[in-house]
Amino acid sequence: MSRAALLCAAGLAAALVYPLLVPNYLVNIGMLVFFTAFIGQSWNIAGGFAGQTSFGHVVFFGTGAYTSTILQVTYGWNPWLAWPVATAMGGAVGWMIAVLSFRAGLRGSYFALITLAFAEVFRILANSVPFTKGGLGMLIKADQKPINFQFKDPIWIYYLALLLCLVSLAVAWHLTRSRFGARLVAIRENEDAARALGIDVFAEKVKVLTLSGAMCAAGGTFYAQKYLYIDPSIAFGVDKSVEMLLVSMVGGAGTIFGPLIGSFTLMGINEATRWLASVVPALKNVQPLSLIVYGIMLILIVARLPNGLVGLFRRGPARA
Amino acid sequence: MIAPLEWRAPSKDFDGVFDPAFLFAGVLNGLLAGGIYVLVAVGLTLIYGVLHIINFAHGSLLMLAMYAVFYLWRLIGIDPYAALPVVIAGAFGFGFVLYRLLIGRYNHGRDENILLITLGLSIVIDNVALLFFGGDTQTIDVPYAGTFVEIGAAFLPLPKIISFGASLALCIVLGLYMAKSDTGKAIRAVAKERQGARLVGIDVETVFAVSYGIGIACLGAAACLLMPTYYVTPSSGHAFVLVAFTIVVLGGMGSFVGAAVGGLVIGVTESLGGLFLGEQLGQIGISLIFILILLLKPTGLFGSKA
Repeated sequence: MSRAALLCAAGLAAALVYPLLVPNYLVNIGMLVFFTAFIGQSWNIAGGFAGQTSFGHVVFFGTGAYTSTILQVTYGWNPWLAWPVATAMGGAVGWMIAVLSFRAGLRGSYFALITLAFAEVFRILANSVPFTKGGLGMLIKADQKPINFQFKDPIWIYYLALLLCLVSLAVAWHLTRSRFGARLVAIRENEDAARALGIDVFAEKVKVLTLSGAMCAAGGTFYAQKYLYIDPSIAFGVDKSVEMLLVSMVGGAGTIFGPLIGSFTLMGINEATRWLASVVPALKNVQPLSLIVYGIMLILIVARLPNGLVGLFRRGPARA
Repeated sequence: MIAPLEWRAPSKDFDGVFDPAFLFAGVLNGLLAGGIYVLVAVGLTLIYGVLHIINFAHGSLLMLAMYAVFYLWRLIGIDPYAALPVVIAGAFGFGFVLYRLLIGRYNHGRDENILLITLGLSIVIDNVALLFFGGDTQTIDVPYAGTFVEIGAAFLPLPKIISFGASLALCIVLGLYMAKSDTGKAIRAVAKERQGARLVGIDVETVFAVSYGIGIACLGAAACLLMPTYYVTPSSGHAFVLVAFTIVVLGGMGSFVGAAVGGLVIGVTESLGGLFLGEQLGQIGISLIFILILLLKPTGLFGSKA
């Protein structure tokens, strides 16, 4: 076995044993790390591998969360059955946004801004139309049975988040080996050159955003089932978009482990600032403090470390 | 985000929102708000036109300037309008230094990079504001806030009218400055042809920093004109950023006239959207215009190229 494979196996073993050894509070933090890594990876597939930076990825997250919640609360579906439907809806929204934006030839910053505007439209709609219950949000009835996609013991939701994270790592790993992934990288590095080589740039970009949207929507359902409540600003607010972008950029956009490493790092910062706030009474506002650190990290990473933290461990010349 | 509309209480013969008097009031209110948006958008479009960067921190910097106006009033008692020269100068200096220290170093790589750096900047600014100023909504009670001017069926608050006039006057001053002064000519030369400007001896990097400074100075002015009738919270920047981008995209990236027309159009859209669709759904008009313009006519109404 190679060193890398050994390292992965050790990491997986540690992740499996971890929740058995620590209190529930830490199990929950572990769950959040893997969940954030999962939705971060969904951003990374489009934003990192294919270079289609999105500022509004939350549009897929919210689509997934609302689709499964509406099916469940309004139509009495079982959440496990609603999950694939929600995932497909996320894919459909991804396909729609991709076809519209890429047909119009939007690239770079313009694509980033239009995704932000789409997320805003969805947020306002969710706030206004009757079937989402508007700004009140939607509550899922608590009934903690596995058949209801609700778990009494936090360990099961932890393992589910771990499983999602592993699936997303497998997807990213596949992208580094497949021709599809190679075409995406070619598009990221130079779209015109990729087209000249005979790549159907439009089709590939639509495909990757559909895939990314579906994954992110699956995360939305997971979130709704974990917290049993969603409202328009949680489901379509800019915060989650930024979080997905941040974990990928900080960890290393376009790398397999970038979002996971980014997610670990941000959770570490979160806990560190929480601790700092508990010892320095003047800093009772914890949340802004950690976000300030995130913002500074984003600036530093883009400016100094384009491969993210992953780049620190990788030998050889950095990607331009 | 727009302040609630002032209008007469519905009388017996009130015909709903299609009442022409009601519509008239809505349009006037929209124009007044749009007049200040123009100033915000002119700053954004100037930065884009000269530097070719999208300043995502624009809204957050406006929020910061609004807090500056608020604290000048709260701590020293300076009237927001009297604060104009100080805040404009301060904002220019802040923008100039910000460009020298941060933006200017990274504005030559991939176009998304500077977008991400200004996103990071906006996250930092928003949360520093939250940390130091708290999350409460802050307003300035100017003594003349309750003075209304009656135009037709509409009662318009006096400060809004003053701000509208001041905003347009400042835009004209800026336009003249760009047209006549040496600095203005240098800025326009750099915007048109960077390399050529460098060859005739223009210090391009300084022109970039000055342009960024002027763009932020516009925000300082807008902050002074907004504060007598608006409120500020640390999240105000986020509310303004999409509005500003929509105006600039609608008018055409880099176009001054476009920003002016776009600002007024968006002000009216927002006001009428609120009237016809209600407080919540009314905001959708701006995002939809933004999406449609980008999809159908990315050069905007007055732009030359996307």
